Amino acid sequence: MKKLSVMALALTFAAFTAFAGTASAKTLKVAMVTDVGGVNDQSFNQSAWEGLKRAEKELGIKTAYKESKQDADYAPNLETLTDAENDLIWGIGFLMADAIRSTALINPDQYYAIVDFFYGPDTPANVSCAIFQEEQPSFLVGYIAGKMTKTNKIGFVGGIKFPLIEKFEYGYMAGAKLANPNVEVLRQYAESFTDAAKGKAITTNMYGQGADIVFHASGAVGDGVIEAAKEDGKWAIGVDKDQNSLAPDNVLTSAMKRVDNAIFDMVKQLQEGHFKGGEAVVYNLSNNGVGIAPTSSKHVPAAILAEVDDLIAKIKAGELVVPSTAAEYEAFIK
Amino acid sequence: MEMIIRDIGFIIGTTLMYSTPLIYTSLGGVITERSGVVNIGLEGMMYFGAFVGAAVAYFTASPWLGLLCAALGGALFGLIHAVACVTFNAEQIVSGIAINFLGAGSALFISRLLFDGATQTLTIPNKMPLPLDFLFGEGRLFPSSGFMDLVFNRFATVYLAFFMVFVVWLVLYKTRIGMRVRAVGENPEAANTLGVSVIKIRYCAVILSGVFAGLGGAAMSIAVVSRFSNTLISGHGFIALAAMIFGKWKPQGAMLACLLFGAAKGFEIYLGSKGVPIPGDILAILPYLLTLIILVGFVGKTTAPGAVGKIFDKSGH
Repeated sequence: MKKLSVMALALTFAAFTAFAGTASAKTLKVAMVTDVGGVNDQSFNQSAWEGLKRAEKELGIKTAYKESKQDADYAPNLETLTDAENDLIWGIGFLMADAIRSTALINPDQYYAIVDFFYGPDTPANVSCAIFQEEQPSFLVGYIAGKMTKTNKIGFVGGIKFPLIEKFEYGYMAGAKLANPNVEVLRQYAESFTDAAKGKAITTNMYGQGADIVFHASGAVGDGVIEAAKEDGKWAIGVDKDQNSLAPDNVLTSAMKRVDNAIFDMVKQLQEGHFKGGEAVVYNLSNNGVGIAPTSSKHVPAAILAEVDDLIAKIKAGELVVPSTAAEYEAFIK
Repeated sequence: MEMIIRDIGFIIGTTLMYSTPLIYTSLGGVITERSGVVNIGLEGMMYFGAFVGAAVAYFTASPWLGLLCAALGGALFGLIHAVACVTFNAEQIVSGIAINFLGAGSALFISRLLFDGATQTLTIPNKMPLPLDFLFGEGRLFPSSGFMDLVFNRFATVYLAFFMVFVVWLVLYKTRIGMRVRAVGENPEAANTLGVSVIKIRYCAVILSGVFAGLGGAAMSIAVVSRFSNTLISGHGFIALAAMIFGKWKPQGAMLACLLFGAAKGFEIYLGSKGVPIPGDILAILPYLLTLIILVGFVGKTTAPGAVGKIFDKSGH
């Protein structure tokens, strides 16, 4: 009897270790924490989750997510996923920067990654940062706007003025100026990422002043921007994802940020044994991290799209460096 | 000169766009508080109305049906508030807070069920008509983007809001029912003694406040924009509540307070577009600051209805 129970115990133990062994050796576990937008926000978080799901299908990893309802949820959500023994935990969006860093410092053996934020030299060795060159797709849509404006006036609506949004602003302006040196760019910030009514009023005003194309980098404020385009029969340019479905006849193109591609790429690298801890991985035109919307061909003439393709080739080759700040923009237009 | 006139037209137009959803909701606030029931759940009712309006307008392709259902959706939460506060004598503030969570929570929950897990609806196929375009043909009456066009070529919801202010004023001050509502809000015991059913009046008033808040939400989701998203209503219900108090619990006063807030927003956006050397975040405070200054400086003391927030117990305990 005693012998039997010892054997049973040994067997279970063996089974356990065997199971644990295969799990850790083969199936990678990657999870993510959304910011307050939630996993189906039709934007950023959703794109991230699509990237993970693609990795699940193509790379055979296991995925999970936790939604944050408010800023205070970030740290607890990260802790929960840390306890769940994931191989890599993503924080989606710069809002989670502090939470990721402090959690990473407490759990030095756990890998973390964050989208849209780079801590510079303070980046913990177990954190990898995925950042995007938003100025590149903004430059391309700016070029399209500069070529297509009939009034030589175009607009830009920003969310809240900080360096990330300025990348969109100056990239766009540079593209427009390159396409059309006479173009005037009206610019206004909504000081919000949620006030759609304000986006609509700002945009209506820009159209009233003669602009005929308005690009936005302003989250839900952009709902108002696109609404104004629809009501006034003018063009709007979407951001982050292909926003043409919001107003098929009025969204000219969109400056896309492929969070899904970035996440997929980093998971793949991890699976191959490369985790770039302590540094930033930059996503741009060269690695399909950014681009313009596939629906652009609906409204943009093929000749202009061909010029855009030339620009993409030049940017990829490093012959053309797109400005991302006010100073770089000034230098660019000289 | 032409430019200045156009700019003024823009500010007035923006004022109307911003204040319309607030006017509906603050009217709801006036009605319920006049009957003696505090309703800080306006935000939640508005949120729910915004969702229902957009969802129904999406599925039926009729903005009018959307508006109607938004009113009914608001009424549902009004009913919940009435059951809690009037029948069960619950603390009105607590019930209002619960309604705020419940309204937002149910809107998001139903949205996830209907829209493939998303906390926003898809774009509605048809918008509210612009009455002027509808009557006279597009751009026929006033040249487009001119002063008259910017001011008067507004959605039906805008015109309806002002009409409703008139109706609520008429009913509250010129009819027997209105007098009873005010009596119940000032002194329910006395009204009760005179044979007025305090319970019935309060039920109607609280449900109506839900109707108006629902309309306010829909005025946002199917006129200002054309879909509901999870951040569309953020604080509007509370601003409407404040407007009602600043407007001294009168429909016309609440309307003026909402217009003032909208005008400040319009002015802020106008200044922003002119590139004035004031940082944007300071400009963004302007509407709130201006409202406060004008109200503290010019409106003076406001007095709430006598029995507002007090529990009425018919048995006299």
